[in-house]
Amino acid sequence: MKWEVVIGLEVHVQLNTKTKIFSGTSTAFGAEPNTQASAVELAFPGVLPVMNKAVVDKAIRLGLALDARINQKNVFARKNYFYPDLPKGYQISQMELPIVEGGKLVILVGEEEKTVRVTRAHMEEDAGKSLHEDFQGMTGIDLNRAGTPLLEVVSEPDMRSAEEAVAYARTLHTLVTWLGICDGNMQEGSFRVDANVSVRPFGQQEFGTRREIKNLNSFRFLEQAIKYEIQWQIDTLEDGGRVEQATVLFDPDSGETRMMRSKEDAHDYRYFPDPDLLPVRISGAQIEAIRADMPELPGAMKARFVDAFGVSAYDAALLTSSRATAEFFEAVASASAQGKLAANWINGEIAARLNREGKDIGACPISAERLIGLIVRIADNTLSSKLAKQVFDALWESDLTADAIIERDGLKQVSDVGAIEKMVEEAIAANPKAVEEFRAGKEKALNALAGQVMKASKGKANPAQVQDILRQKLS
Amino acid sequence: MTKATLKQLSQQLAAGAVSGVELATQYLDRIEALNPQLNAVITVDRAKTLAEAAAADSARAAGTAGPLAGVPILHKDIFCQQGWKTSCGSRMLDNFISPYDAHVVEQCRAAGLVTLGRANMDEFAMGSSNENSFYGPVKNPWDLNAIPGGSSGGSAAAVAARLAPVATATDTGGSIRQPASHCGVTGIKPTYGVVSRYGMVAFASSLDQGGPIAQTAEDCALMLNVMAGFDERDSTSLERDKEDYTRQLDRPLNGLRVGLPREYFAAGLDADVARIVDEAVSELKKQGAQVVEVSLPNTELSIPAYYVIAPAEASTNLSRYDGVRYGHRAAEYKDLVDMYEKTRAEGFGDEVKRRILVGSYVLSHGYYDAYYLKAQKIRRLIANDFTAAFEQCDVILGPVAPTAAFNLGQLSSDPVQMYLSDIYTLSVNLAGLPGMSVPAGFDRNGRPVGLQIIGNYFSEATMLNVAHQFQLATDWHSRAPAL
Repeated sequence: MKWEVVIGLEVHVQLNTKTKIFSGTSTAFGAEPNTQASAVELAFPGVLPVMNKAVVDKAIRLGLALDARINQKNVFARKNYFYPDLPKGYQISQMELPIVEGGKLVILVGEEEKTVRVTRAHMEEDAGKSLHEDFQGMTGIDLNRAGTPLLEVVSEPDMRSAEEAVAYARTLHTLVTWLGICDGNMQEGSFRVDANVSVRPFGQQEFGTRREIKNLNSFRFLEQAIKYEIQWQIDTLEDGGRVEQATVLFDPDSGETRMMRSKEDAHDYRYFPDPDLLPVRISGAQIEAIRADMPELPGAMKARFVDAFGVSAYDAALLTSSRATAEFFEAVASASAQGKLAANWINGEIAARLNREGKDIGACPISAERLIGLIVRIADNTLSSKLAKQVFDALWESDLTADAIIERDGLKQVSDVGAIEKMVEEAIAANPKAVEEFRAGKEKALNALAGQVMKASKGKANPAQVQDILRQKLS
Repeated sequence: MTKATLKQLSQQLAAGAVSGVELATQYLDRIEALNPQLNAVITVDRAKTLAEAAAADSARAAGTAGPLAGVPILHKDIFCQQGWKTSCGSRMLDNFISPYDAHVVEQCRAAGLVTLGRANMDEFAMGSSNENSFYGPVKNPWDLNAIPGGSSGGSAAAVAARLAPVATATDTGGSIRQPASHCGVTGIKPTYGVVSRYGMVAFASSLDQGGPIAQTAEDCALMLNVMAGFDERDSTSLERDKEDYTRQLDRPLNGLRVGLPREYFAAGLDADVARIVDEAVSELKKQGAQVVEVSLPNTELSIPAYYVIAPAEASTNLSRYDGVRYGHRAAEYKDLVDMYEKTRAEGFGDEVKRRILVGSYVLSHGYYDAYYLKAQKIRRLIANDFTAAFEQCDVILGPVAPTAAFNLGQLSSDPVQMYLSDIYTLSVNLAGLPGMSVPAGFDRNGRPVGLQIIGNYFSEATMLNVAHQFQLATDWHSRAPAL
């Protein structure tokens, strides 16, 4: 049977506010356990939550970027369950009236664009962490993370493959870092994904029974987990079994998902409006002020790069994978007036080197200005692509400009017709056999002659000119 | 000196007739002598109290003290107070020493009030008789066989027995007014949001409100000046200009429109209580007040609505008592769930458990609309009743409770009957209005009966004016039990 995969994602985006969502406690990551937990996070008797307004502004930014509706009346609800890293015994979240509803996100799968609908995004507080190692069989509780603001972004079940799910997660990740509302650090848990996965016979209308994979904190794990889960569900069904609704965890070591709790164990969270917090009302003016302050979004910038700089849609998508990359590209492309060259270098050599060295664009040793210097010299034919690569390597290792490197290493391309003619004539004289073959119609023989010229010039001769002059002389 | 009012004590201190340390010592001695029979005070710490008193005396000597500096106060054990056990009447918090001060406690400290100790109360403020305390019941100083009322029974009994000139208290469904009425003292629950709930251990967040219990309305006004005020740490605290609650005390009552809700004088009201309220109304009429009949048609619904909303909020407010971070933890358990279950089974008393169960039930999936949501709609109707009534009158008068204090043990096995006795106080909390109880007489058994004054939102000064004028003409408030 042919199966169709259905995936919806719930992403927990940690907002990068300085203080927690309901207290003035710092949110900085990495402090000693329980040093960033005040009486509020510890849920002492008598403490009360006070809303951090910066959370609302950041949520509105995402809502606008998703082209969603911003609910102007926001109600916080208590989600009740017992767990040691949830000190109040309830999480303050939103149930009815989430701040963001009905948005969409355009993703690129291979070369295809696809729109994924975003159901909602709501504000809530993070829980603490349970540490199961190093406590001789006991569990340690670290409440530093408790009360860190989260936006839970829930998609419609619009994705049909693990690749689409990853593309959605990556696009959302780009967007939240682009907007400056999340640091995007997945290792530190700033962006965590739950995937709801089900399969159904192709053509069937109703959804199959879903299982939810919890807490995936890398794109690789997201992909592996979904692929494993899809195969598991298909195998189960084809073996005549049933998929039961459940929450599962992904084990990166075994590459498998395993059951955490079944539907029968599902909590009744007993949601109700939190009487400690008044509804947060958002004015139209506040929304408009944030709209006016929005940066150009990746989608718009991508389209503009195609239009203004003539780069391909694929290149434009890569260039807008982060705001820093896009800004880097735009600076180089504008100043050099060489959009395609700039795109090739940034998506090619620079991306590869950064990737190899585990750096991001912010840590690129070649500044936009020095890259402009290189591209200008390629465009004006001073450098062949081969020489350009040499200069690029030197730029990476030093602080010199492209011109200074060309000067120092004598890498200027030879475009002087007289000089090239002289080398061509020498090559013709020294290789009568190749000349004869070319004249007999063997095109390849010309390359051998050109190779001799380039060798004689130590690679500096302008290759296009060499070809032209060779053809002239042999015709 | 321990018979004096807050106002008188502040004058004596200002005149240098007595020092804060002397006053504190006298009250501590009286607590030591009389508390064993009353059980109104559950924590005293002589050294801490005397240190606070000495500090107040120094401030007075230095000329930096406010008018109330050196006056002793008793705090209901629901207000977190740094360095003091804050048990909330529960075994669950029997070992909890608060690391911080409630806003109310901070305000009292800033005014130089001297902490005498901590008042007994129904566990987590749940109860109308003070029989639900882990530390045992409080006795009514007028009759040791009678309950003092609850949940602020310790605060009311202590002021009545003159163990303290004033006490802090809280009122979620009548917990200031009903014990004040049963103990023959004056107490006021302000408009919801006037007194910060920060550091006040939560029972039902949308209903809880702190306030004072004292001998007189004037003392209550002075205390409200200390306790009220905006606090940004409580999102439901109201940002308003600071008020002087004494400003209208001396106004004559000429032209005051007094509303008597028909539903408060129907079947179920004890004849003595009815008579005492009538007599109080007559006194106010004599002073020029006009009486109008008003109607609060949804009064009866306040009981079911309250006993859905309050337990719902309580059930989740009390989830934090899980034995993980502070408070009681069971000694032996086999796993996490077992630890939770044993800890909470041991730490909470029956009434608290009953309300957690009811609250969890009414919030559960499938029942939420039928109970919680419906109760919230009734709450709106009750508030609308008051809005309509206050178009016809300035204050509403009525009984606080259907009877004077009942006997200890009389209703403790019949929770529903106990809940029904809250009929006249609950709707005030549901509507968020201010309400107070003023001593107005004694029933056939010699037990005190209070007159309830209900005001419109933020009309505390008007209510205190009515109560003060009533107290100028009567002496119920200055009678003290023989102990």
